Amino acid sequence: MNNRLINWFKYASPQSFYPLAGKMIPWFTALAVIFGIAGLWIGMAVAPTDFQQGEGYRIIFIHVPASWMSMFIYLVMAFWAALGLAYNTRLSGMMASALAPTGALMAFLSLWTGALWGKPMWGTWWVWDARLTSELILLFLYIGFIALQASIDDPRRADKAGAILALVGVVNIPIIYFSVKWWNTLHQGSSVSLTKSPSMAMLMLWGMLLMALSFWMYSIAVSLIRARSIMLERERNTEWVKDVLAGEGK
Amino acid sequence: MIHWNSFSDFLAMGGYGLYVWGSFGVTALIMIVEPIMAIRRRKTLVLRLKRQLRAEKSTHKAGSTSRSNGEVGKETRSSQ
Repeated sequence: MNNRLINWFKYASPQSFYPLAGKMIPWFTALAVIFGIAGLWIGMAVAPTDFQQGEGYRIIFIHVPASWMSMFIYLVMAFWAALGLAYNTRLSGMMASALAPTGALMAFLSLWTGALWGKPMWGTWWVWDARLTSELILLFLYIGFIALQASIDDPRRADKAGAILALVGVVNIPIIYFSVKWWNTLHQGSSVSLTKSPSMAMLMLWGMLLMALSFWMYSIAVSLIRARSIMLERERNTEWVKDVLAGEGK
Repeated sequence: MIHWNSFSDFLAMGGYGLYVWGSFGVTALIMIVEPIMAIRRRKTLVLRLKRQLRAEKSTHKAGSTSRSNGEVGKETRSSQ
């Protein structure tokens, strides 16, 4: 792969991406905090009571962003994995591994907040319906990806094995997304869709979108922190890492 | 503009306090702990790699001094 072919391939090498990531992390962190404060303010302090679910609906402000992120991070992870398989670029595998733990935590949060929402509204913490079960499978896919990579000593082979698992698992994402349409589920349909106007009050919608942006920025920031560690670890015998280490802590 | 009449109203969440705060509490905990662990991982990694680098340098030096002492032949034999 010729890195000089297209200009943006410049950042596809760890030694140029490492400092760039370092510069971006504070910005994404700041944006996560700003969007988070704005979203929490609108969602928790200003938004009105839901006419059906009372104040219990406020779980939506973290449940929906966490669920969106759990699916979106998986798609990004699979994208990097595919890129790594196709072009054998070093950075791709590192990015996929950096995203997996955050994706797993988002899937866990989706299930956790869902259980806490289900109990008062449906009368049960858990049902084996299509939406909940496919989201649980997503959590297992993340855990499987992490465990598989951890069990293979050679990082390049670990990347390849993980990439195949990630790509096979992509089939689960549309299943989660469309489960509420394809099957009769206890889970309600989506409150926001691209094809029709949202079925929520404007303030609730704004609170949710701001929280989603905050989760987005958070996920990027924490994944970049993790990606930087992976880059140092895997490239520890190269000159650029030695230069970075020489400049660190001085 | 603020929806709540009092702070205790806010905490009670209209009777859903346990569920709402159980959700927000665990989310907040994860979003605080995950970055701390990621940052700590990088810090310990940097310290470890620096130590390894120093150790490598000192063994290189030891190797070159032994070579200057005329033990080159011995060293190549042992490395084969």
